[in-house]
Parts: sequence; C-alpha cells; structure tokens
Amino acid sequence: MVELVDMVLLAFMAVVAVIVVRLRNLFSVVLVSGFFSLLSASMFVVLDAVDVAFTEAAVGAGVATVIMLGTLLLTTSEEKKASGSSLGALLVVLITGAILVYGTLDMPRYGDPDAPIHHHVAPRYTHDSPREIGVPNIVTSVLASYRGYDTLGETTVIFTAGLGLLLLIGSSLRARGKKEDGR
Amino acid sequence: MKQQLILRIAAKFFIPFILLFALYVQFHGDYGPGGGFQAGVIFAAAFVLYALIWGVDEAKRVVPPSLLQTLAAAGVLIYAGTGVAGILLGGTFLDYGVLRHDPVHGQHLGILLVELGVGITVAAVMTTAFFLFAGRKRP
Amino acid sequence: MSSLLPGLYNYWIVIFLMMTGLYIVISRRNLIKKMVGLSIFQTSVFLLYISMGKITGGTAPIVAGPDTVYSNALPHVLILTAIVVGIATTALGMAIIVRIHEAYGTIEEDEILAQDLRPQ
Repeated sequence: MVELVDMVLLAFMAVVAVIVVRLRNLFSVVLVSGFFSLLSASMFVVLDAVDVAFTEAAVGAGVATVIMLGTLLLTTSEEKKASGSSLGALLVVLITGAILVYGTLDMPRYGDPDAPIHHHVAPRYTHDSPREIGVPNIVTSVLASYRGYDTLGETTVIFTAGLGLLLLIGSSLRARGKKEDGR
Repeated sequence: MKQQLILRIAAKFFIPFILLFALYVQFHGDYGPGGGFQAGVIFAAAFVLYALIWGVDEAKRVVPPSLLQTLAAAGVLIYAGTGVAGILLGGTFLDYGVLRHDPVHGQHLGILLVELGVGITVAAVMTTAFFLFAGRKRP
Repeated sequence: MSSLLPGLYNYWIVIFLMMTGLYIVISRRNLIKKMVGLSIFQTSVFLLYISMGKITGGTAPIVAGPDTVYSNALPHVLILTAIVVGIATTALGMAIIVRIHEAYGTIEEDEILAQDLRPQ
C-alpha cells in the first residue's frame, strides 16, 4: 500500500514538473512550484523523513513562494514566448538522463536494509544516541551534537544570505542614470 | 471594506497561535520533528501574515529592521558562544558534555542553546528578507 | 526486468525530475523561470538522497521502544542543511534579479545580452 502511494505521488510530481516547463504566466509558475514543494514534502513523509518534510513544507512551500511572489511584484509577470528551437537543450538533457539511468542500474534497490549507506557511521549514531545524548529525536541529536560544527556553518550561511540581501536590496531605490555604468 | 474586516479578525485570531506553534516546534525539536529551522520559518510566517493584513510599514513599526539585524547576529553569536563556552569550561570547541555536572544533561543544555541560536537567526533573516522584498519601492 | 520497476522506480522518476529542472534552466530565457527550474532540480536531488536512506518496514528516526527499525538518519541531517542553503541561494538570486530588472528594464536573458553588447 505504501509502495502504491509512493509511486502515485512520484508520478504526480513528474506531471507537475512538466506543467512548470510549459506554463508562461510567472504567477502560475510560482504557485505551481509551491505545490511541487508541498508534494515533495508529502513524499518525504512517505520516505520516513519527518523532519525534512517539515522543513521542506515550511521553507519550500512557504518562504520560497513568498520571496518569489515579492520578486514578481517588482519585475514582470509573464514570460516572453520562446523564439528559436530548444532542440539542443532537449538533446543535452536526454543524454544526461540516459547516462544517469545507466548509473543507477547497479545501485542497491530502494528500501534495501543491506545497502552500504547503512553500514558505516549511521548504525553507531542510531544505537548510541539514546545513551550518549538522551534525546529521542535522532536527527536533532546528529544535527546539533554529533555534526554540530556543520550546523554552525549552516547558520553562518543563513546569516550571510541575510547580509547579502541587505547589501543588494537594502538601500532604497535611487534614480540610476547612465553615468553609473562608467561608459 | 467587509472583506478587510474578515481578514483582520481572522488574522488577529491566528497570529498568536502561529507564534505559539513556533515556540512549541522550537522547544520540542528534541522529542518529535522540529527544531530551530522549522521554528524560525514559522515565526517569520506570523510576521508575514501581520504585514499582509496591516501593511509593511505597520509591521516595520512592530518589529524594527534594526532589531532584526541585531537578532540575526545574536543567533550566530549564541551558537558560537556555546562552542566557546565548551572551551572555557575545559573541553573542546562545541563539546557540550562539560557544560553541566553530567555529560547527558550537558548535551541537553547544549542542544537547547544551539537550536535557540539557529531559530533566532532563521526567524530574523526570513523576516528581513520579506521586509526587503515587500517594502521596496517599484520603479 | 519486471523486478527492476519497484526497485529503481524512485530513482528513475527523480532523474526525470532532475532533467526537467535542468531543461528549464538551460532552455528558458526568463530569469525567474530559470530560478524555479533550479529549485525543482534541488528538490529532486533531495528526494534522491532521502530515497537512498529509506529502509523497507522502517519508521521515522525518533526513538520509540526497543526492536524498531529506523530509517537512516544521516541523509535527513544532510538534506536539512541543504534545504536551508538552497533557500539562501534562491533568496539571493531573486534579489539579483530585482536589481537586474531595475538596471536593464527586462529579465529576459537575450534582451539583457543585447543591451550589454550594444556599442555605447
């Protein structure tokens, strides 16, 4: 039953992605991409990644949609009709996809408990986290304690993004003449 | 005018619950899904809702951008400060075991402080981003 | 070959999603559409990693009684960081798009290039 949900959700996501390619009204594109994030959050729940689903729903379907809508307000709202053929892009994408599919042929099957990913550090975290850290949520214990240094870097990345935003659009809009180009 | 009234009343009802939910997610990240990032984003969402109903200028009076910038830096400072506190108390950087009398309690305290720092920074940066995009004058 | 379908179906759909995102990035000229394509690409990469960590019959990695099989928690931590870094880059990209629009008056890539290459 869970496999059926899994397959149907993924098929639905593929359809939604193709819709994003074809849509030209940018407002619709942003909303459909928010819907795509919500579908991927549901997919994460099916894959037992509840923390990730929470974050993806809040960030992908929440903050990303708000920021993109804000950008739309400040720029245009319709994509110009594509001129010229995009056959080259399609070819590149098909070849890359074929190579990737060939690469997956000797991957461990989905859901396999003997996959190499489950054999190195992960069992140690799962077995020792209740005893060493005592926090029920294993993801929080790995994120904040075992791999706390990476999370410090991540917090710095968010802070840097805030700094960058302040530098880019923090000052109010002044009249910009041609003289600013220096040409 | 009537539509604005319905939105205002509904928002007045929702915003305290959104903030409360953000605090719940922040501090129960140890026991269920949640943690600093999710809580910070939900916290920012409450302010976005406020700004949508009452206007960005009003929202900027409620939480001034200078306060947001200070909070963003304070969050990173809390996180790094917990790490340095580990050094000052005899352990290594980001060693939570030395923060209390007992390593497991030390881990609990360390994780709490660290997630608090993350939550504060994320909330401040997401709210700042919204104010910057929504408050910019159109050319 | 029929046993391949449920076993690798996840990965193949994820590769299709990745290629759709990549196609949007390289073939569409509107900058906002490109950023949306990039975010679709990122989300499908996250799906790939989380799919690799799933164990059949497992549950979410939150301690609940003895003898439970937990799905691997390590990809979850990695992808949590990746999601947040992804939104940071998306926000900065959107800010740059706003500034480009204010400087050039358009966000179509070919028109921007034409304005840049025009002899001043």
